[in-house]
Amino acid sequence: MVLDLVPLWTVLLGLAVFYYVVFDGFDLGVGILYGLAPGDRAIVMNAIAPIWDGNETWLVFGGLGLLAAFPLAFAIIIPAVYFPILIMLLALVFRGVAFEFRFKHPAVRNFWDRAFCGGSIVATFAQGVVLGTFIQGFKVDGRQFAGTSFDWVSPFALFIGVALIFGYALLGAGWLILKTEGDLQDWARRAGRVCLVAVLIAILAVSIWTPLANADIARRWFTWPNIVFLSPVPIITALIALGAWYALTHRQELTPFLCGIGLFLLSFIGIAISLWPMIVPFHYTLWQAASSQSTQAFLLIGTLFLLPIILMYTAWSYWVFRGKVRAGAGYH
Amino acid sequence: MMLDPVLLSRLQWAWVIAWHILLPAFTVGLASYIAVLEGLYFFTGREIWFRISGFWTKIFAVSFGMGVVSGIIMPFQFGTNWSRFTDATADVLSPLMAYEGLMAFFLEASFLGVLLFGRRLVPTWAHFFAALMVAAGTLFSSFWILATNSWMQTPQGYKIVDGRFQPVDWIAIIFNPSFPYRLLHNVTAFYITTAFVVMGVGAWLLRRDRAAAEARTMMRMALDLLIIIVPLQMFLGDQHGLNTLEYQPAKVAAIEGRYDTVQPTPLTLFGIPDDAAATMRDAIEIPDLGSLILTHSWTGAIKGLKEWPPDQRPPVGPPFFAFRVMVGIGIIMLIVVVAGQILRLRGRLWQSIWFLRLCQWVAPLGFIAVLAGWITTEVGRQPWTVYGLLRTADSVSPSLTGGDVIASLALYVLVYLIMFPTGIAFMAGLVRRGPQQVEAEAEAIESGRPNRPFEDAARAGVDR
Ligand code: HDD
Ligand code: HEM
Ligand code: HEM
Repeated sequence: MVLDLVPLWTVLLGLAVFYYVVFDGFDLGVGILYGLAPGDRAIVMNAIAPIWDGNETWLVFGGLGLLAAFPLAFAIIIPAVYFPILIMLLALVFRGVAFEFRFKHPAVRNFWDRAFCGGSIVATFAQGVVLGTFIQGFKVDGRQFAGTSFDWVSPFALFIGVALIFGYALLGAGWLILKTEGDLQDWARRAGRVCLVAVLIAILAVSIWTPLANADIARRWFTWPNIVFLSPVPIITALIALGAWYALTHRQELTPFLCGIGLFLLSFIGIAISLWPMIVPFHYTLWQAASSQSTQAFLLIGTLFLLPIILMYTAWSYWVFRGKVRAGAGYH
Repeated sequence: MMLDPVLLSRLQWAWVIAWHILLPAFTVGLASYIAVLEGLYFFTGREIWFRISGFWTKIFAVSFGMGVVSGIIMPFQFGTNWSRFTDATADVLSPLMAYEGLMAFFLEASFLGVLLFGRRLVPTWAHFFAALMVAAGTLFSSFWILATNSWMQTPQGYKIVDGRFQPVDWIAIIFNPSFPYRLLHNVTAFYITTAFVVMGVGAWLLRRDRAAAEARTMMRMALDLLIIIVPLQMFLGDQHGLNTLEYQPAKVAAIEGRYDTVQPTPLTLFGIPDDAAATMRDAIEIPDLGSLILTHSWTGAIKGLKEWPPDQRPPVGPPFFAFRVMVGIGIIMLIVVVAGQILRLRGRLWQSIWFLRLCQWVAPLGFIAVLAGWITTEVGRQPWTVYGLLRTADSVSPSLTGGDVIASLALYVLVYLIMFPTGIAFMAGLVRRGPQQVEAEAEAIESGRPNRPFEDAARAGVDR
């Protein structure tokens, strides 16, 4: 009996990556906004201090999940983005330790404040570059990446890097609106509006740029009857964008955050439609890059058992820290 | 030749993992210690446990933060620098690492939030439970990552298809021959390392006449644990070595500094290894003792490195010296702990200033022993990444140039040299403030979701 586990792993990994993008996205976004936020910035940091570690763990899980389910993709993609990954990791180091270091010593607080904000921006940019490089595809020879460590330098990848900064900042603004009140919340609304406009411009630009650059992707979206089936993607995106604008200009607290997630979800689906079924664009499909049946099955058993438990205690820790953060609400 | 991507990638790996391992060496032990303290507080309700636990929890937070950020770097190293190793071994090794993520990292990260910030938000039992979960997480972490490493040392349960390892028997893969020894020897090492730090900090506080009750409790707890686990560690190390002799005899030859096979084998105490000439210069030897220690018989033979072709021999220098450092530290530790227990039996422990000062000096020895042990293990495995099957030189990512790796290595060095000293300075600062003070301050600002917004708002201007 041979059960094809590849679709299941594709869905699981897709969900894990999406979870990471939303959850670490909003706390990286909060870090990005931190540099500009007015007033008592300790509140801004406290809005994510108890949960960021758990969120970042999904990056590890996403990486290890890719390694376990589609090792060939891991072995080709990661060396291709050697420097963006390096920069992302180092930026995450600065940002991560800033949580601990900032509070413990007023003398060097300024340095770690900058490290926190700068680290968040650089890490986000690097993730965007990885995504952009991924969408463009890789030079491959046999089972290895065959380009150079600088192939990722391209206008498109750099553009996605910048766009993602606004995207995460939008999620971050949504989270701050949810967790704060008063002046800070008003400020987050204004910041959110700026980010929303930038994000919409970016989505539009990518939607034009990708099909122009790649004929296969253009064919997938614009031939009959695909164009009919796929038309809900842009239409719903536009509706969510309107909703987000309304929520940011009115007294809505949860909706801006949810709309931000919605925009990410649709972009995510858009990319998936463009690239399906490739996992190493445009060389290996999900099936060709998959690990052995035994590997996938062995890990699946534990994953299906453990993931619900993980989600349960993650939810519990969010629940413990529910509600608004206020000034002086203590770290530790 | 200078810009060899293989050599540079090895240096980079050694640099990042050596810093990373220092943190688990401390946090695995400390997490268990905090769980014990929280348990004692929960069951007895005595404030002293609460104060000691609060003190160490703050130090734990800093070291754990550094452990996480240096750890996130690790799995990506496999992709960035060792992509051919990854392609060849992923079907076998990746689930082990993924299980580490699923079982350990999520558990630690989620309950850490509650442990650090939740003191006022959850009942005492839930706080104790969170401490237990964090401690369990660190142990699961050790379990899976050491299973991974041990499989690379003593691979089994696989078949090779088209040059790639395929799983055949998962139980055999996880419980490979060197794994039980490595797991026990490591976890014991982590507990020893932490206990020596706790003891050193206790001694320092006592000498400064600060928080005397807490400091004495810390020292007593550490001494009681150490008198059991230091001898245990020596026994485990011996067993580990015998296991290595069975499965990786070339590594043992390097540890022993043995190029020629002689029977019975002497024990080389010291010497200058010369790999090119394959001789030990200026060797100081004790006849027959090598046979006794390694084969537990007076005449057993140890194979010398010349039994292997030159391209299958590990370098002798690092394993040889690192091993002597580790064992030397083990002996020093035993002397310190026995001395401490004797002083205590005579009721003179707290007055013996020299001993308190000694405890301070030996506090960091565990870390050095852990590094030395790992250098023995890993360099002794060379030139293989998967022992006897996959060469280190064939493991590196083909796209990398020497220049790429120089650049990344330089950045890792730079960033770590900023981060780790800062972190250590912060922890030293926390120690200097001592248990009570840290607690008093925490009273004032603690609570993630304060019930008294006015007070908190008023304090905000002062405190932050
Ligand atoms: C507090 C730390 C500590 C102490 C006091 C000792 N060790 Fe150790 N040793 C380790 C910490 C460690 C370690 C860091 O945990 C290693 C590295 C890899 C491993 O599996 O454990 C290790 C490895 C290691 C190996 C290498 C096994 C291999 O690579 O296959 C041997 C033979 C020993 N040890 C033997 C000993 C002996 C005979 C000791 C008695 C004094 C001793 N160790 C004390
Ligand atoms: C437990 C998980 C570990 C894994 C999976 C692992 C994996 C590897 C790999 C793939 C290599 C080959 C590349 C190279 O030769 O540099 C290596 C070498 C090395 N590792 Fe590890 N390692 C582990 C633990 C450690 C630890 C904890 C240390 C701590 C100091 C360490 C120190 C080294 C060193 C120094 C080398 C270089 C050997 C040489 O250059 O001759 N390793 N390890
Ligand atoms: C003997 C070797 C190792 C041991 C015992 C060990 C153990 C631990 C522990 C206990 C933690 C939790 C953080 C802390 O306590 O400081 C941790 C963090 C981490 N380790 Fe290691 N580790 C080892 C080597 C490695 C290697 C080789 C990798 C790469 C595959 C790795 C990947 C990670 C990651 C990704 C984290 C961060 C987890 C998080 O996000 O919470 N570790 N490690």
